[in-house]
Amino acid sequence: MGKKMMRRIVSSFFSLVALVVMVFFLSRLTGDPAALFLPIDATQEMLDQFRELHGLNDPLIQQFGRYVWDVLHLDFGDSIRKARPAIEVVLESFTWTLQLALITIALVTALAITIGSIAAFRPGGLFDRFVSLVSLVGASAPDFWIAIVGIVIFSITFGWVPTSGTGTVWHWILPVAVLFIRPFGLILQVVRGSMLTAFGSAYVKTARAKGVGNRSIIFVHTLRNAMLPVITVIGDQAAAMLNGAVVVETIFGFPGVGKLMIDSILQRDFNVILAAIMVTALAIFVMNLLIDIAYALLDPRLRT
Amino acid sequence: MAEHLLEVRNLSVQFHTAGSTVHAVRNISWHLDRGETLAILGESGSGKSVSASAIMNLIDMPPGEITSGEVIFAGRDLLAMSDDERRAINGKRIAMIFQDPLSHLNPVFTVGWQIIEVMRIHGVSADAARARALDLLTRVGIPAPETAMRKYPHQFSGGQRQRLMIAMALALKPDIVIADEPTTALDVTVQAEVLALLGELQKETGLGLLLITHDLGVVADIADRVVVMNAGEIVETGTPDEVYHNPKHPYTRKLISAAPGRGEMHEPNATGEPLLKVENLCKSYGSFTALNGVSFTLQPGETMAVVGESGSGKSTLARALLRLDEADSGHAYWKGRDLLKMPAKELYQLRRQLQMVFQDPTQSLNPRMTVYQLISEAWVIHPEILPKAQWRARVEELLTQVGLSPVHAERYPHQFSGGQRQRIAIARALALRPDLIVCDEAVSALDVSIQAQVIALLDKLRRELGIAFIFIAHDLPVVRDFADHVMVMQAGECVEVGTVRQIFENPQRDYTRRLLDAGLDPDPRVQAARRMPSARVGAEVG
Repeated sequence: MGKKMMRRIVSSFFSLVALVVMVFFLSRLTGDPAALFLPIDATQEMLDQFRELHGLNDPLIQQFGRYVWDVLHLDFGDSIRKARPAIEVVLESFTWTLQLALITIALVTALAITIGSIAAFRPGGLFDRFVSLVSLVGASAPDFWIAIVGIVIFSITFGWVPTSGTGTVWHWILPVAVLFIRPFGLILQVVRGSMLTAFGSAYVKTARAKGVGNRSIIFVHTLRNAMLPVITVIGDQAAAMLNGAVVVETIFGFPGVGKLMIDSILQRDFNVILAAIMVTALAIFVMNLLIDIAYALLDPRLRT
Repeated sequence: MAEHLLEVRNLSVQFHTAGSTVHAVRNISWHLDRGETLAILGESGSGKSVSASAIMNLIDMPPGEITSGEVIFAGRDLLAMSDDERRAINGKRIAMIFQDPLSHLNPVFTVGWQIIEVMRIHGVSADAARARALDLLTRVGIPAPETAMRKYPHQFSGGQRQRLMIAMALALKPDIVIADEPTTALDVTVQAEVLALLGELQKETGLGLLLITHDLGVVADIADRVVVMNAGEIVETGTPDEVYHNPKHPYTRKLISAAPGRGEMHEPNATGEPLLKVENLCKSYGSFTALNGVSFTLQPGETMAVVGESGSGKSTLARALLRLDEADSGHAYWKGRDLLKMPAKELYQLRRQLQMVFQDPTQSLNPRMTVYQLISEAWVIHPEILPKAQWRARVEELLTQVGLSPVHAERYPHQFSGGQRQRIAIARALALRPDLIVCDEAVSALDVSIQAQVIALLDKLRRELGIAFIFIAHDLPVVRDFADHVMVMQAGECVEVGTVRQIFENPQRDYTRRLLDAGLDPDPRVQAARRMPSARVGAEVG
């Protein structure tokens, strides 16, 4: 287990390095931030000064060397746009995204597992067919459409929740709900399938022969066995959300890391892009580590 | 008439599948008394397990349907009770032991938890349940019970797992224990111990034991009465002695005559250049030595049986010879040339001379290929053997050779029975005209009567086509019928090699003798005599 972790840490580190190198050079290909940042009638002198200030006149390789050196000293540079340390800007939005992702994934997990398990217990039954339909619709619904329809119905028509922004609990309801739908449908399907397989297994027969009741068969004997494939999917979905729910964040004006990344790319705010990538990559790495630990906790056969 | 402990009356069960109805059992009646062992004997598909499933409420409905009958236990009809009432009986008054303890124990809970659970759901306090679980583990011979409680099923050996199952079944001192093929997945020496343990526990507690088995040897060993089933009906009932020595129904007679191990033994006499000469083969996986200095020779057209218990290195030997795994050291001279040093290209050409037939034909045949495709695939890979125009004719010829019909060529594997599928696998191996076929437990999964037919087929191929066999098996009577030479393996080493007669009639080593003694004889009289001196139980061997 420890050895496997070590190997994973090392390989993740190299992936991160490769990612940073790639993003660093590719982002410079998009052009000069000075032209975007300064007013359209800026003089050549102002442009030169701007470039000099941000070290954009040095050869690329030198810029890269300086960047790496700074990062090793935990200095991620400043945001050109916001004139603040890039890492501060990123962490601020990442906190929003993290909250959004955690709330959503917790709801998805709890509901998908409960409903999926019960549906699988009587496959083909009325409840099962209803649940399958809902999950199919959920898994295939386009989120931008749901988001807009949601705003039209719940914010504009009924006026129950605000259309966008942050501030109160009410502001969270629509973004969480829209973000919830697709992973819920997907994970529900996986739970159902995995539970169906587990119900057919021999140890369930043993449990019945012991006189174990239905509730315990579902939630004790089978669920833990059926969780392994489910956890993988939950991890994938959580990782996607940590990367920023770009569409949802944009539509609801939610100041998350996905929206920040898009904005920074459009504004050629290189330091923010790089910092955002490193932070989300680290979050996804931690996420995967947690999944590995969850595997080992669930299945003693993997604890070797 | 005194009341029986359990009585099944006129039970009929059907299973409805897409488009057809299978009558699993029809109008069967039997009873079990206190302190008695009743065996239900039958082959796969005979319906022998169905009445047990009905008793335990394990039949899924749908697709199952109980169309008639009653199961009387303690004066009441189980089939007329509510689910809650039946749950209160399951595990407490009637308990069950299953065939494959690894899959029947929950992999993610400790065995202590699983044993305690059965007591907790039937109202025993946590402390009392724990104390009882420790007692039970000690009683069934699990070493270090305190530690064992905290371990998971995969950390035990097969025999130990079955002991754990038995402990779990006995936890609440049930009136009846149903054992469904309790020793089928176990090695012979372990089987003997588990059966002895069941017998002892029955004497101690006076429970009624219902034993479901396909094995005449198991019946001979511990049953008081036997019910023989075929195609969902009871064909015969009696004591094992009556049924074995005076069978009335033709099916029973057929079953008894199919029991292996009583034919003429082969007398190999081939001399000259060996087909295969294995010298000092070694293979380790990390610190585990799977093969340690194994040597033997094999003449063309002869059969070398490799016997031993699980983990003895039998399959590793086969894999090393076929170079599915690379051996660490040693030689294997195939017609004088060292197989193990052969470059990949030559090996590729040689592969066709060496074929393999696996244990489970359901898994080794691709379900999406027709029989024609399965057999002719070999010629796609080795096109020089046969021009395409002749493929069809040759497939039909091969099918006839293995006892199938040419019309089977266009069918898929799932349309065949287990025995027929193994014939297809053999036909596939024959397609390349091999000189040697390695059979890895090739008949172990088959019913006795089918087993006898497949062995007869292999022997015919050996005589008519001069094919040599390496026959890996754990079932000694089958080996006795088919082998020319026998190699006994234990812990990666060759214990003893000799002709089949030497090994079976004059074994030199203790281990070989122990293996032969542990085997069960289908004749209850022979088995009773054999049991006398060796009624021992205790810590597991190995």
